[in-house]
Amino acid sequence: MNNTNNIDAYRRKFLMGVAGTATAITIAPGLLLRQAGAKAPGDEISNKNRWGMLIDIDRLPNGGQTVVDACQQEHGWGHEEESNDKQKAQWVRTVHVKEKLTGHEFDLPVMCQHCETAPCADVCPTGASFRRKDGVVLVNKHICIGCRYCMMACPYKARSLVHEALFDQKPHSPRGKGTVESCTMCVHRIDKGQLPACVEASNGAIIFGDLNDENSEISQALKAKGGKQIRADLGLNTGVRYQGI
Amino acid sequence: MFGKVHNVLALAAIIGLTALLTGCGDTAPEPRVETAKAKAEHCVEPTDVMRRNHMEFILHERDETMYEGVRSSKHSFKGCINCHVPASDASGKPVNYLTADHHLNPEHFCATCHAYVGVTLDCFECHSDNPEGAAPSDSTHAALNGGADHE
Ligand code: SF4
Ligand code: SF4
Repeated sequence: MNNTNNIDAYRRKFLMGVAGTATAITIAPGLLLRQAGAKAPGDEISNKNRWGMLIDIDRLPNGGQTVVDACQQEHGWGHEEESNDKQKAQWVRTVHVKEKLTGHEFDLPVMCQHCETAPCADVCPTGASFRRKDGVVLVNKHICIGCRYCMMACPYKARSLVHEALFDQKPHSPRGKGTVESCTMCVHRIDKGQLPACVEASNGAIIFGDLNDENSEISQALKAKGGKQIRADLGLNTGVRYQGI
Repeated sequence: MFGKVHNVLALAAIIGLTALLTGCGDTAPEPRVETAKAKAEHCVEPTDVMRRNHMEFILHERDETMYEGVRSSKHSFKGCINCHVPASDASGKPVNYLTADHHLNPEHFCATCHAYVGVTLDCFECHSDNPEGAAPSDSTHAALNGGADHE
């Protein structure tokens, strides 16, 4: 091991230590990422992890509206004053489903499903739509040209274009006119070892965690009770899974 | 004789021109560092380095955060704003980078120099121009979209 590597290892250890104490003091223990492999702010993401969410719709209060509210609160979308209802940003929405055969009805929250083979990233002409090493699909708004190919390609209608000049954005969630946006799986939080805002608000109905780690809570829950993908027929291997649909 | 008159005329012209130049071109504005000074002893880099290279630091940090998820760098853009932009001015209003009539506001830390050198400030079309926890801006910002009656 050369010197640089030593320094790096030391730095990582040090940052882990600092972040560990800081989070323990400022956040209630229940909100900590109960997850081996949780990341300290200074660490780079790794393809060892694949972050995912498992949503149990039977345990979600009011059809998932809680999720919508929490996301809106966290990222500040949906208040575009000059846009009509079709233009307004919507990172997550509730969808009402009725099974014709049985008459069974339910609601589910639908956000970006963080596809493994993401059609939005495939079609993007500039590379702005991309999948991080840890499975989170994002738009790099610095190079998005607002062409909206990704919105057309997304089978889940998960994306929005900002149609108007914005101000008072949340400092942790930059958003702006002429760029496309969607659920970021709250990367600004998970990169610091915290849970996404909707998961925190879901009262345990959404499990966030590492799909690559067979001992993680999410993998265990999936193993025990299974979890469906919406439009599994598309073979996108989504990072968001559902129980109770 | 004529030479003398010419000299005097030339001198007068030069004096006039200098007066004109100094009249319309103020000296470069000093960035307003009072807010940051009250919060920290010194910046993350020496002043001369910051003056020349702040854009490089921000760009590097941007890609590291975007692609690698690194959120601890001392060159964080949010860090600049949190330290350098006050939560409000003396009247309790937030200090935005644009004025109500859509011009760069020289009272805003970044805009002071950017307005002087005529370099656009694209950052704040997406990023917040105010520190975390600042008061919401006035409705005058609707001017950005052409006013409230804009369809
Ligand atoms: S759900 Fe849509 S926006 Fe999200 S990764 Fe899949 S194709 Fe892209
Ligand atoms: S709108 Fe932006 S992110 Fe979407 S395809 Fe076009 S450039 Fe890529």
